[in-house]
Amino acid sequence: MPLWIYFAVFAALTAGTLLTWWVSTIDLGMLNTPIALFIATTKAVLVILFFMHVIHSPRLTWVVIIASFLWLGVLFVLTFADYLTRTWKIY
Amino acid sequence: MSVVTNEHPAHEHHPFLQHHFEDLGQQHEASTLGMWMFLTTEILFFGGLLMAYWIYRIMYPDAWSLGAAQQHALYGGINTIVLIISSLTMALAVRNAQLGKRMATVRMLVATLVFGGTFLLVKSIEYTQHWREGLFPGVHFTWNETPALAPKVQLFMTFYWSLTGLHALHMVIGAGLLIWMIWRAWRGHFGPEYYSPVEVMGLYWHFVDIVWIFLFAFLYLIPAAGGHHG
Repeated sequence: MPLWIYFAVFAALTAGTLLTWWVSTIDLGMLNTPIALFIATTKAVLVILFFMHVIHSPRLTWVVIIASFLWLGVLFVLTFADYLTRTWKIY
Repeated sequence: MSVVTNEHPAHEHHPFLQHHFEDLGQQHEASTLGMWMFLTTEILFFGGLLMAYWIYRIMYPDAWSLGAAQQHALYGGINTIVLIISSLTMALAVRNAQLGKRMATVRMLVATLVFGGTFLLVKSIEYTQHWREGLFPGVHFTWNETPALAPKVQLFMTFYWSLTGLHALHMVIGAGLLIWMIWRAWRGHFGPEYYSPVEVMGLYWHFVDIVWIFLFAFLYLIPAAGGHHG
């Protein structure tokens, strides 16, 4: 990959870090968590695609990576579906 | 195995091509795929811990807010930038190895090691402060501000130490792997045909960086402003 891509990704990651820190100093109520999660996920995707060269990886690697996040999703969805719907305790 | 290895003519193939692979390309694909399989287990490992953290955060938002307020976002932020720089130097090391630039590979790997060490140094300063403040879970845990919330703040700190501690352990292992890679790069093992070990080492290093990106957001930032909103 051309050199500029690495530096562009690095700049985006640094900007994301500063942005997530700056946003955390403002109270946006319900939006605090989604925004921080969105920035963190975007940074992770940039690292995976470019630093980890997944963008140029064979399909099989893509399948493994997508499957791993799919299973993480199953873990989260099923567990939260339980804990967040227990009527005997109001969170 | 060793008998077979000794019998076949030398220099018939690349010295690092293992016999069960057709060619270096296939070997490289198998190496990266294998590393991703391992990283899948790591994603679920850290993912499970973060999920447990999240459930307790929803249950005890006030304690989580207080716990996060004990973290020094400046240290966390500096370490995030330090790790991102180390990821850049790691990616450049892989690129240099790919291009067959021996000394440039060594330099970038050493830089990655230095930034990784900086991260651990800052982390140890933070740990020392938390320890002195009585924020290590156990018999010496001290929390006098809001006694009713003490056990819950202690739970937050348990997650803090577990998550950052396991992450730091990964960093130490990564530093060990880096030293090994620096030695191999120095010996001139890598080139355009064969750079899989640096690439695979890079996958591990970047993964550990990604884990920190989430830990920084979860432990230092999110609850600080909006803990009371769940």
